[in-house]
Amino acid sequence: MSLRIRCPHCGPRSVEEWVHGEIPVVPDAIADPDARDVDRGYMHTNEHGVVREAWFHLSGCRRWVTLWRDSRTDEWVEPPG
Amino acid sequence: MNEHPEAEITLRWNEPEVSYDVVIVGGGGHGLSIAYHLATRHDITNVLVLESGYIGGGNTGRNTTVIRANYGIPEAVRFYQHSLERYRALEDETGRAMMHDRKGLLWMAHSEAGVRQERARSAVNQAFGAETVYLEPDEIAEVCPEVDLTCGGGFPTVLGASFHQGATARHDRVVWALAEGAMRRGVHVAPGTAVIGLVHDAGRVVGVETAGGRIAAGTVVSAVGGNATVLADMAGVRLPIRTHPLQAFVTNRHQRRFDPIVASGDLGFYVSQTARGQMLLGAEIDRQPSYSRRSTHDLLASLSHRAITVLPFMRELRVLRQWTGSCDMSPDYSPVMGDTGVDGFLVTTGWGTWGFKAIPAGGEVMAERIATGVVPELMAPFALDRFGRDRTLADRGSSGTH
Ligand SMILES: Cc1cc2nc3c(=O)[nH]c(=O)nc-3n(C[C@H](O)[C@H](O)[C@H](O)COP(=O)(O)OP(=O)(O)OC[C@H]3O[C@@H](n4cnc5c(N)ncnc54)[C@H](O)[C@@H]3O)c2cc1C
Ligand SMILES: [Zn+2]
Repeated sequence: MSLRIRCPHCGPRSVEEWVHGEIPVVPDAIADPDARDVDRGYMHTNEHGVVREAWFHLSGCRRWVTLWRDSRTDEWVEPPG
Repeated sequence: MNEHPEAEITLRWNEPEVSYDVVIVGGGGHGLSIAYHLATRHDITNVLVLESGYIGGGNTGRNTTVIRANYGIPEAVRFYQHSLERYRALEDETGRAMMHDRKGLLWMAHSEAGVRQERARSAVNQAFGAETVYLEPDEIAEVCPEVDLTCGGGFPTVLGASFHQGATARHDRVVWALAEGAMRRGVHVAPGTAVIGLVHDAGRVVGVETAGGRIAAGTVVSAVGGNATVLADMAGVRLPIRTHPLQAFVTNRHQRRFDPIVASGDLGFYVSQTARGQMLLGAEIDRQPSYSRRSTHDLLASLSHRAITVLPFMRELRVLRQWTGSCDMSPDYSPVMGDTGVDGFLVTTGWGTWGFKAIPAGGEVMAERIATGVVPELMAPFALDRFGRDRTLADRGSSGTH
């Protein structure tokens, strides 16, 4: 098996051509501005489930695409609602 | 060679009771080492280890078992050197052979950046007690004649660093010896029991939830490998961790003894020979954070190619098995151990792709923290709050996924 990413411009391509980009989410519950900075800089939500993320097609069209993936199975899923 | 220690060690698992002084979540090397050290060093035996699967079935049972201390920063060199020394002592102490095999580690550089890193690292190693020396290419040929010094013509080897104390050990023997040592002193171990929630009281963690019910705990320690964030979420703790798959594979038997562990940072590749003569290979983590433990053909193809580039004889070998673990990666490539800001809830995580070598020392320092309430010196730099204090321990070049 290998992970393939569907590029809207180039079609499905091997993950080897891509750079993964996390979309950081700082929880609203963190109010203090310094704590928010630390969270944005270092902490990760590390979703165990569906995650929204950005992928850069480095060895292709060199564009960013936003995709939804289930991190438990590596299956691509439709954006929720 | 007996590869089935389970047949020699018989353990009778426990039904959890309703309350313990310490509940350790995760029966991998780290969880069991904490239990072992609580019992043997501090006489704390009212301890339960909960494991969702079977003991050692997580990363510990999937790892390539390289033990070394040639890290790039003083805090890490001290910690891993201590752990490496403790590994040997553990064989005598537990009376169980762990097939600890010291074979040396040869780490090659094929670029200017790689050379700079190896030189800096050797200097730090020597200053802090880990014995690493540089090797010129002709010396590499002496240590490991099988290496193609031109690396297929594309990556001429410019320099090597040799860490003489590099070793491997048999992972399931380590796990079973620690479990046996802890259980003999009264620690309970319950495989097949997942923690599905934590019990809170007045801002403290005071127990765990399982399908079989609630278990009260004076202290809960999370030692769950790639599931660190899942447990921390239950406690309301944010971790600097992303879970990434790491793959490895093993070939059929190579007929000659192959001595050192060979690694190349520039090629992202390392290999060692198992006691059965098989060649065991590892590479870098998969790029996407994921809990999936699916192995990929991409990795198999690219890692095989790199292996043959460095060691052409491997062309003749066949791949027997490939597998994947879930690594708890920290942003500075150093572990995260100790207090979390939530009373009663401690973590040991960030062991990423390199935490097998840390099992003896990691368990020892965490047990001391639990028993005395004081953070031991070896452990202190690795606290979770380092990220908020601008005290990160960047050591990416040393992590090398083994
Ligand atoms: C392919 C590969 C190669 C590696 N090579 C090396 C190497 O050469 N040298 C080295 O030093 N390190 C190496 N590592 C890293 C090393 O394996 C790990 O850092 C180390 O084993 C971590 O041990 P642990 O006890 O923290 O985690 P694990 O061994 O993963 O144990 C965690 C346990 O927690 C259990 N668990 C999870 N969630 C729950 C829950 N909710 N309730 C109850 N139990 C739960 C899991 O089932 C698991 O058994 C490698 C890792 C991999 C994957
Ligand atoms: Zn594209």
